[in-house]
Amino acid sequence: MTDAAVATDPATATDPAVRVVGLTKDFPGGTRALEGVTFDVPAGELTSLIGPSGCGKTTTLKIVAGLIPATSGEVIVKGRPVTGPGPERAFVFQDFALLPWATVLRNVAFGLELRGVPKAEREATAREYIGKANLGGFEHHYPHQLSGGMRQRVGLARALAVDADILLMDEPFASVDEQIRRAFQEDLLRLLSEERKTVLFVTHSIEEAVYVSDQIVILTRGPGRVSNAVQPQIARDGTPDEIRRNQGYLDAVEEIWGQLRSYVEEDMRAPEGADR
Amino acid sequence: MIIAGRRVPMAFSLLVWFAIWEVVGRLGLVFLIPPFTDVLAAIGTVATSNRFGDAALITLQAFTIGMALALVSGIGVGFLMGRVRAIGELMGMWANIFESSPLTAIVPALMALLGFGMPTMIVTVFLFSVWVIALDTQVGVAHVSQSLLEMGRSFGASRRELLTKIVLFAALPEILAGVRLGLIRGVKGVIIGQLLIAIVGIGYLFERYSRGFLMAEFWALLMLVFAFAFALSETVGFFERRVAAYATTR
Repeated sequence: MTDAAVATDPATATDPAVRVVGLTKDFPGGTRALEGVTFDVPAGELTSLIGPSGCGKTTTLKIVAGLIPATSGEVIVKGRPVTGPGPERAFVFQDFALLPWATVLRNVAFGLELRGVPKAEREATAREYIGKANLGGFEHHYPHQLSGGMRQRVGLARALAVDADILLMDEPFASVDEQIRRAFQEDLLRLLSEERKTVLFVTHSIEEAVYVSDQIVILTRGPGRVSNAVQPQIARDGTPDEIRRNQGYLDAVEEIWGQLRSYVEEDMRAPEGADR
Repeated sequence: MIIAGRRVPMAFSLLVWFAIWEVVGRLGLVFLIPPFTDVLAAIGTVATSNRFGDAALITLQAFTIGMALALVSGIGVGFLMGRVRAIGELMGMWANIFESSPLTAIVPALMALLGFGMPTMIVTVFLFSVWVIALDTQVGVAHVSQSLLEMGRSFGASRRELLTKIVLFAALPEILAGVRLGLIRGVKGVIIGQLLIAIVGIGYLFERYSRGFLMAEFWALLMLVFAFAFALSETVGFFERRVAAYATTR
């Protein structure tokens, strides 16, 4: 475990937006999910967490969100330790977590509603982000009338509408078709370049991680530890297809696959239903 | 309903039964069963009689107060049972015992305790309906999606907002099902209570009609009570259908 250098002034501009330091998490019953997880999320960049299933990616993200407490270690957001959810962080859920009884408009405005923003104001903001998320015309639809991809756009618009600097995304495209997933990744990159957010992104897809990330943190399993952090060197100015043929992209995919392969092979050898 | 390959409205089956009823009644086989047309005629006379008006008023009063208490405490206790595991375990057993026990047996004891008037009727309605409301509310509240709760917390909802803006609505389909069943049981409760007390309300009228062999009036009264319970249950059912669309996609 490498300790990040401690900055003297906790709020200089070059400081990482999120600093995860020595995070350990034991679940009731004694299972250790994380052990000494340490990494930085640089401001204005997209950092992915990737690793074999059961490595504690989502647990790490939820601790950063302040939704579950760490057993030891800490998360520092903009120089302050996290003790719970905060307005500078917004969460995008794998299963979308939309209110099924509320329209798209109210769902997108819901974060603002909880912050006590007056109705007219929050609906104006919500309409703006509904437009940006390509959901125009669906303001008065209910979630069950939308496709999976559209539902996640609602989840993304809701997170953007509260104007948090840091977006925490838990496998946001996992429940979405492959074709839609690609279009969605484009939209995400476009929105992020417009909105200048810091993103911590959990995924199990190596291609997705390399395609969207500035930095990829690889977690090992049982208990989760940081095995490596990869910074793919990819020129972002090409078309999506050019980027996917870019040597930097292919090298990064290869490098991460090389590290994760051993776990996959371990999985294949392990007897069915073996307890780990 | 499909008979011999043709769609027949459900109401048709009622008509068939009414026709059989009429025939059996006309044959005069059983004094308990007067012709259906006599019963229809009796509905008019019963419903407009002063005696029925007075009885209905007292009955409605007991029913409304008992139901209001059952709704407030049933939904309240159900919420606690669903949210706090210890309370769920502590109360769950009792709620299930009372829900499945023959409460009619308790009414005479209530009479000894509370007398032959309004308090006994109110408590009977309450006891008949509160358990199913509490148990259904508990199920709804306990099964609120974990990720909706996390979503609320991550966007800064207070405990109160979590309950009023998320848990309440997420549990609404189950709560409404409990309320609908509770209302029907409440109607049964008020009539059974009055039958056992035997000197008040609609229950007294039932007693009076059956003891005086006024079978047409007896059946007419039963239909009026049934219509009342049916209307209540359909009203709640209307709201249930409105939330059904999201109940399946939670």
